[in-house]
Amino acid sequence: MKKQSLTKTMNPGVQFLINYAVPIIFTILVAFAIPLSGLSNEYLVREIMTRLSRDSFLILALLVPVMAGMGMNFSIVLGAMAGQIGLIFITDWQIIGLPGVLLALLISTPIAILLGYIAGIVLNHAKGREMVTGFMLAFFMNGIYQLVVLYGMGNIIPISNSRILLPRGYGIRNAISLVDIRQVLDKLIPLKIGGILIPVVTLLVIAALCVFIIWFKKTKLGQEIRIVGQDNDVARISGINVERTRILSIVISTVLACYGQIIFLQNIGNMNTYGGHSQVGVFAIAALLVGGATVAKANIPNVFIGLILFHTMFVVSPRAGRALMGQAQLGEYFRVFVSYGVIAFSLALYAWRKRVEKENERKKIMNYRKAFSQSSNTTGGNKF
Amino acid sequence: MKEKIKSIIESIGLPRIIIFLFLVLLFILTPFVGIRFDTSINDVIIRFSMNGILVLSLVPMVKSGCGLNFGLQLGIIAGLLGAVISIEMELTGFAGFFTAIGIAIFFAVVLGFLYGILLNKIKGDEMVVATYVGFSSVAFMSIMWLILPFKSPNMIWAYGGSGLRTAISNEDYWIHILTNFFQINIGSHINFPTGTILFFALLSYLVWAFFRTKIGTAIATTGSNSNYAKSCGINVDKMRVISVILSTVLSAIGIIVYQESFGFIQLYMAPLYMPFPAIAALLLGGASVGKASIKNVIIGTFLFQAILTMTPSILNNIIQSDMSEAIRMIVSNGMIVYALTRVVKVR
Repeated sequence: MKKQSLTKTMNPGVQFLINYAVPIIFTILVAFAIPLSGLSNEYLVREIMTRLSRDSFLILALLVPVMAGMGMNFSIVLGAMAGQIGLIFITDWQIIGLPGVLLALLISTPIAILLGYIAGIVLNHAKGREMVTGFMLAFFMNGIYQLVVLYGMGNIIPISNSRILLPRGYGIRNAISLVDIRQVLDKLIPLKIGGILIPVVTLLVIAALCVFIIWFKKTKLGQEIRIVGQDNDVARISGINVERTRILSIVISTVLACYGQIIFLQNIGNMNTYGGHSQVGVFAIAALLVGGATVAKANIPNVFIGLILFHTMFVVSPRAGRALMGQAQLGEYFRVFVSYGVIAFSLALYAWRKRVEKENERKKIMNYRKAFSQSSNTTGGNKF
Repeated sequence: MKEKIKSIIESIGLPRIIIFLFLVLLFILTPFVGIRFDTSINDVIIRFSMNGILVLSLVPMVKSGCGLNFGLQLGIIAGLLGAVISIEMELTGFAGFFTAIGIAIFFAVVLGFLYGILLNKIKGDEMVVATYVGFSSVAFMSIMWLILPFKSPNMIWAYGGSGLRTAISNEDYWIHILTNFFQINIGSHINFPTGTILFFALLSYLVWAFFRTKIGTAIATTGSNSNYAKSCGINVDKMRVISVILSTVLSAIGIIVYQESFGFIQLYMAPLYMPFPAIAALLLGGASVGKASIKNVIIGTFLFQAILTMTPSILNNIIQSDMSEAIRMIVSNGMIVYALTRVVKVR
């Protein structure tokens, strides 16, 4: 009973604490870990700048499905797969530099649209549990991806470059060097401030995406997606094709994730063919949740706050682990724990609040009914 | 006649029929690709006995309406703690094995209780939260394996480092204690693990019997219609917690039996993905998100393990490449996706 009244009677301060529990805990964590790690400020700023340009596109890709009420899109992994397939092709054809990146984007777009379409249909069949289904779908598609890349490429799909083929003649190597397109986007307009490289073009692309998302919310499709996110039935009554809208939002997310993965990999400069994509979803979602987003509400500030907090923790935790316990391995496990733990905690917190609110709503209706039936009793008309 | 065939197919389920026919094909192929038929059968039986209890452990939670237990790792962690502590105590043979189970049950009850309370707070979103509770607890325990003060030289790193090894051999303690119990040898290639199978049968029977007691019926009612259960005066939350504890305890026992047969206790990130094959096996046996029985467990574990054992050996011989990992991923995760997209009642 006490818990049920939590959301209703709490003062605004406590309300704020519960709403932003994850970012607050994280800020405290990071504030303790930074001095422990003993890393210089300059190093930290450089690292964060790199990760800002590397990861924010992927996190931004999560926003549209949240708007559509489909929760965190664990199936952005599918988009990452599409991006990697594009990169495999341009490496095979040895198209280097900026044209290579652009061609990779071009090749992977239709693949991402197709995968997003499939994911959208599957998720439409699993309304109410999109997240766990998306998560399992990513695992399933990983199997298909492996089948295609490890057995199909060089066999059925023509790949001739022996640098990326396995010695047996088919299948792609475990690691592919992307040295020919390494940081072409980041270094297109070279700018250094105080010894720190600013990846101007990448940041511009990210800014453009932010503008696009803000604009998109105001378009007709954006509005429809938001109505679907509010209430499927209301949307259906107002003539919106709910299923189609949900599929579209997943397609958009998947395509954005595909571009995000290409931006990510051009920064890193090499590709782990079979493992690179699998953690994309977890890290992006953990970062977004750290930024104070919930399953039902996520905006652009959440993306950047989350990214900075989450990745600062990522940078400092191995060194902090060594300083604290004498083992760097400990910090490694700690950051895995935090990534998963943050998702568990935020999802649980949200689900719990949703339940409490539902319960309150139900009580309100019950009270209303009681009051109504009493008043109708006194007037003599017992219609119910 | 056509109608009848249709109804039979419907009652068995199309995925099961496809998998079964595929399996029959694989078994027929064995002699042609130079694999002994009896060794294949033996492998399937051994794997069945290893994994049976882990799959069985999912049943109580499905029955109580908590969905598929994607947080199976919590029980596994309890089991690992039991195994590791029993080895630390230098107990061997049956004493060691049952001490491990006893300690594991203790931890499983505590963890299961907390897990159950958490799942009650988040009704309707159990599966996705459970997945990440499972993942994060595995990562948390990885930290613990590093810093817990275990001393046994058989378990810590040899070169003076602290922390437990990633895989600990239980060879000197209780390896094959059940497997070799009244083991029946047919020919030179089939070693029927009587003890393990009997232990699995015993636990299956206990679960079956439990769901015929008053509490068991109450749990099943909770799962099939929680509002109806409430109106019958059943404490729904309590029943759910009991089912979660039961699931966690069973999975703790399950992992110890697995290790007993396997010979190693795998720590750190090894349990991370363990729920998925178990869940896939249960679903393959005909269970759904809201319905499961012992029959599903037995059929599912057998089919799933048979596919897992047969596909790599046959495919390797036919096309000279090991596609088993990809096929395993597609079959097991595809099964789970398929089950999640089936329409079930809205709670």
